[in-house]
Amino acid sequence: MRRSLLFIPANSPAMLQNADIFETDGLIFDLEDAISLMEKDAARDLLSEYFESYKLEGVELIIRMNQLDSIYADDDLKRALSWPIDSIMVPKARYQDLVQLEEKLEKLEKKTKWEKKIMLIPIIEQAIALFEVDKIASLDRVSALLLGGEDLATNLEVERTKDAEEILLARQLVIYAAKAYSKDAIDTPFTDVSDKEGLIQDAKHAKRLGMSGKSCIHPIQIDDINTIFSPTEKEIAYAHRVIEAEKEALLNHKGVFSVDGKMVDKPIIERAKKLLEKVKS
Amino acid sequence: MIYATAGTLESNDCMITVTQHDQQEILIDSIVKEAFGDQILAVILDVLNQLKVKNIKVHIQDKGALDYTIRARLKTALKRLEDVK
Repeated sequence: MRRSLLFIPANSPAMLQNADIFETDGLIFDLEDAISLMEKDAARDLLSEYFESYKLEGVELIIRMNQLDSIYADDDLKRALSWPIDSIMVPKARYQDLVQLEEKLEKLEKKTKWEKKIMLIPIIEQAIALFEVDKIASLDRVSALLLGGEDLATNLEVERTKDAEEILLARQLVIYAAKAYSKDAIDTPFTDVSDKEGLIQDAKHAKRLGMSGKSCIHPIQIDDINTIFSPTEKEIAYAHRVIEAEKEALLNHKGVFSVDGKMVDKPIIERAKKLLEKVKS
Repeated sequence: MIYATAGTLESNDCMITVTQHDQQEILIDSIVKEAFGDQILAVILDVLNQLKVKNIKVHIQDKGALDYTIRARLKTALKRLEDVK
């Protein structure tokens, strides 16, 4: 389950050595925006030594690499295959670049006899990427899409506001593309870390639209995001009742049945199954 | 004088300066030198041995960095020194 994904600057020892206490579903070690151009090498070295010393379990390990057309991308990729990461987050992602990246990873994984398949989380943060977001979501290694609201607003030449009206269409396109291919849709971070109420409203809105989870830039945001994107006890109990009722209906050769006085059909059963799978994971 | 640095003076970090030298010299400035000076020295020597670096002056300004940070900062500084050369 990807409810919360926390960005951590990869060149900050203070943040890195506390990473294992944060109750986030994923840690994004940021080699891109959080690291100045002169410190990219230091960040990679620090991350290498960090991964040698700390064994992180029960959390998805992600690196946000530098842009694929930057001079830092190749070094990021080569080093990434010596780290115990699960996924690579790709900034300013475009379809054709991702196709090439998939091929490159395939070769690198074979060459280094890498045992697991590294997945990709493209960041959709350019207007042009929204016109190919469905193709991006369809790629084999893409396991989730992340909406990058700040860069997208810059690209659109609009102000980024708290009600997020300016990114509504982008949110919906990312969600539809991700869900069409059974991938996760991860929402953009809420950047005002001092505004707890604002975060809660923004995350609830994102969830209502269909986002699977939300990224965050400060550990203080994790609890609220996890709570909002977790199924409630009521939802879990209802899903169990639906599954039980379905079993009973099948035994009794009943095509149609109801739970809590309401008719249950195929989409409701599927939703219940998905929700229980999420809870399990 | 050919030298390179890596790291910061922020808490939990250290700044390491390496200078080309005619022998090995290690200077440790640390907020925890009394308790951990020997351990810091051991980490530095371990990295230098591992990379087979002999003629070097290493100056560490430590702000409570753990071993992995010291190792990383020293390795980065040494690579940067090679680039400067």
